[in-house]
Amino acid sequence: MTEFISLIAAKYNYWLYVILMMIGLYAMIAKNNLIKKLVGMNIFQTAIILFYVSIGFKHDATIPIIQGDHGGHGAAAAAIKAADYINPLPHVLMLTAIVVSVATFGVAMALCVKIYQRYQTLEEDELRMRLSENKS
Amino acid sequence: MRLLGFLVVCLTGGLLLYGTGELPDWGDTNSPASLHLSNDYIEHAMEQTGAPNLVTAVLADYRGFDTMFETAVVFCAGLACFLLLRDFRPKKTRYYRHVPTGVVLHVKNPDKQIAVGWEFEDMDKDWVPSDTIIKTVCRILIPFIQIYALYVVAHGDFSPGGGFQGGVIFGSSLILLAISYNLKTLMKRVSEKFLGIFSAAGVLVYVGIGAIAMVLGGNFLDYSKYAPIFGEHHIRALGMLGVEIGVGMAVTAVMVVIYINIVSEGRHDEGL
Amino acid sequence: MNNYPAIVVIAPLLGALFAGITAWVEDRFTYPIALTALGIACAAAVADLCIVLTHGPIQYKMAGWAPPMGIEYRIDALNAMVLVLVTAIAFLNLVASFRNVQQETPDRTGAFYVMYLLFVVGLTGVVSTGDLFNLYVLIEITSLSSYTMIALGDKDRGALASLNYVFIGVIGASFYLLGVGYIYIKTGTLNMAEVATMMPALKESSAILVAFILCILGVFIKMALFPVHVWLPNAYSYAPVGFARIVAPLMTKVMVYAMVRLMITVFGLDYIFNTLDLAEGVVWMATIAILAGGVMALSQKNLKKMLTYIIVCEIGYMVGGAWLGNTLGLTGAILHIVNDALMTFALFLCVGNMVYRLGRVDISDLSGLFGKMPWTMAGFVLAAFSIVGVPPTCGFFSKWYLILGAFEAGAYHFAGALLISSLICAVLFFKVFEVCFFEPMSEGHGHGHAAVTMEEAPVSSLAVLAVVSVSLIVVGVYSGTIVDTVILPFLK
Repeated sequence: MTEFISLIAAKYNYWLYVILMMIGLYAMIAKNNLIKKLVGMNIFQTAIILFYVSIGFKHDATIPIIQGDHGGHGAAAAAIKAADYINPLPHVLMLTAIVVSVATFGVAMALCVKIYQRYQTLEEDELRMRLSENKS
Repeated sequence: MRLLGFLVVCLTGGLLLYGTGELPDWGDTNSPASLHLSNDYIEHAMEQTGAPNLVTAVLADYRGFDTMFETAVVFCAGLACFLLLRDFRPKKTRYYRHVPTGVVLHVKNPDKQIAVGWEFEDMDKDWVPSDTIIKTVCRILIPFIQIYALYVVAHGDFSPGGGFQGGVIFGSSLILLAISYNLKTLMKRVSEKFLGIFSAAGVLVYVGIGAIAMVLGGNFLDYSKYAPIFGEHHIRALGMLGVEIGVGMAVTAVMVVIYINIVSEGRHDEGL
Repeated sequence: MNNYPAIVVIAPLLGALFAGITAWVEDRFTYPIALTALGIACAAAVADLCIVLTHGPIQYKMAGWAPPMGIEYRIDALNAMVLVLVTAIAFLNLVASFRNVQQETPDRTGAFYVMYLLFVVGLTGVVSTGDLFNLYVLIEITSLSSYTMIALGDKDRGALASLNYVFIGVIGASFYLLGVGYIYIKTGTLNMAEVATMMPALKESSAILVAFILCILGVFIKMALFPVHVWLPNAYSYAPVGFARIVAPLMTKVMVYAMVRLMITVFGLDYIFNTLDLAEGVVWMATIAILAGGVMALSQKNLKKMLTYIIVCEIGYMVGGAWLGNTLGLTGAILHIVNDALMTFALFLCVGNMVYRLGRVDISDLSGLFGKMPWTMAGFVLAAFSIVGVPPTCGFFSKWYLILGAFEAGAYHFAGALLISSLICAVLFFKVFEVCFFEPMSEGHGHGHAAVTMEEAPVSSLAVLAVVSVSLIVVGVYSGTIVDTVILPFLK
């Protein structure tokens, strides 16, 4: 049992973000209102972004911007040690993922506006009832 | 539905957590992700590209192709909001308000065109008198926000920033104009046609820089091929600045387009 | 140094941006710009295929950086063949759907073509890329443009069908992204070829197993394998005709290509079939998908919905064939990507013509079509024979490879499902032919003495239908050549 606790304590970032992801996924599937489903989608995608960013962290390292005097070219600049800076690649990937999630959110919001203009409701059970009435 | 949702969540969560048993610990410097590729980036990016900000160097130079498609995604979202929501039907009734006296004119016939003088302002059913304090403060703040946005775009190589961040700040300054005054004021200054062309032009700057590099004899997006024109010195950082400007243009225009179309449900007349 | 791999993706993108600018200035030029861009892309794809067949795989370094520092595009025989297929169908569809787009979205045709070109950019990118994260970004471009265009269709149900597609599609793409994250944590690289070299050392890892399941699950959701197919029938039947004609043949097949690429190039067939034990389960899933798709198609009253359930059935063929574990099965699955795209394109061309003239395509509305639209119905009959699997159309040959592969692997349930689904498709199509053959009773002019007025579809659409029908037979007759020159060298 103690090694399980120590396992969680050493990797607590992954556990935290997986729980957040599952909250968002549950909201997307189980909620009735379309806007609440959209919020769940946003939480899900944000948790994935946090998951990735937490991969890049290193203890005792600073942000990935080279410090110090970088004015002289070819001058005796101090050697850049990799352990001093956190991993820049997950940040780059997640910049792209954030933009993609914002774009998806914008398109989904436009679709919700269109649905509201047509049916005057955003509750999924009411929409289902209206659609089955229209079909018959 | 709730039971199905709970079941799916438990299965997926269990699968994800089962996989984390082997993942490296929090902050571990010896994980494969921190040893293999990122070390090359950290140690060589400064001398190869000339940009101290490693995130911008990787984003705009090494993985610039991804960023180009990301900008295309942004353009696609703006175009989608226009395509889905834009409603070109003319309004059926119009309201005008005489500013000095507060009298409201309601024109019910949609065919009749009335030329109104400058004392009248356009109104809508949800009109609320705009607050002088808000209007004045926002009017003073907007130019400073825009200068800050241009600073963020230009200094993306040296401090946290870049095209996306600066573009969002610039777009939000324009949205601030729409919120503090009304949507018509924004549309008079920045027309829909200008925004559409500006967003496409931004992405075109990015793809154009890449395509001209192809014409000059290199691979797509190879900035070093511009060296005969702009000089060997810092050519990669200049190429990165060029694409960041293109990204900033596209993101600015798309932010405003998404706001305008969603808030007015495509009719471009009323606002918040 | 040839630039064709980049031109295939960049030409539609440049076309989209130029068309985006001209749509605001002078709307008439967007259509010619779109045609030119897709023509250039198609020519570059054919040039790629010729180079790959003579010189071997091409490796194209984007921005001049060698992988893994930069992104690379790796074109081999499979890529090149699917690229030619995608660009050719996109170009032909643009020619055929000119009138349909004018009829369905009259006030925003320029923006429609821009979004269409962005969709094609996404598809060609997914096929060409050699980088895992780039694949995610391109899948998202494809998805975003398809969400938008599906909502432009049916006035009542288009937006709701698209929103349901948004939710399920985002779950699928996010699962794929999580899988890529786990791979990155364990290997430290995002390049497909480099991950493949590191795979043998990581065979026993639970994180790689979870990564594999997540990636494949994400791709399964995007390709509409039963039971996560629930978004497909509504989304494709309520889309506008000009878009349904390209999304139905291509989108799910490109995701099948992505699955084959992940299986062969990233994880390796050795890992999947020797280390893991999931192959049998997936073949059972594919069998159930084929039978479920066929049964659900039987109960549909609308022709478009019936065709979308046939798509679900065909996806089962490809997934089952790929997971059989032998070369014959993989050959059948890859050949079926090409064949099914052509067959579905032909079917949707015919349905689009019917929608253009009739408006609704409930099966009961289709009476007398053999007389009113003879050329469309001739193309429909040929495509139906191809789906059932009648030689010498192409559908027969890919089914033949799949059945042979099933017998060799001992998966008799899969072979049985293939044969039963052919019977079900035959029943379906003859039901439609029966309705189409007889005139409606209320015409009252006697038994066909008065001349039946022909209300055929526009010539552009019929010309494309003729080209596609001829290609169905040509691809079928030359199946052996395709298999020997393109597929088998790739699988070696």
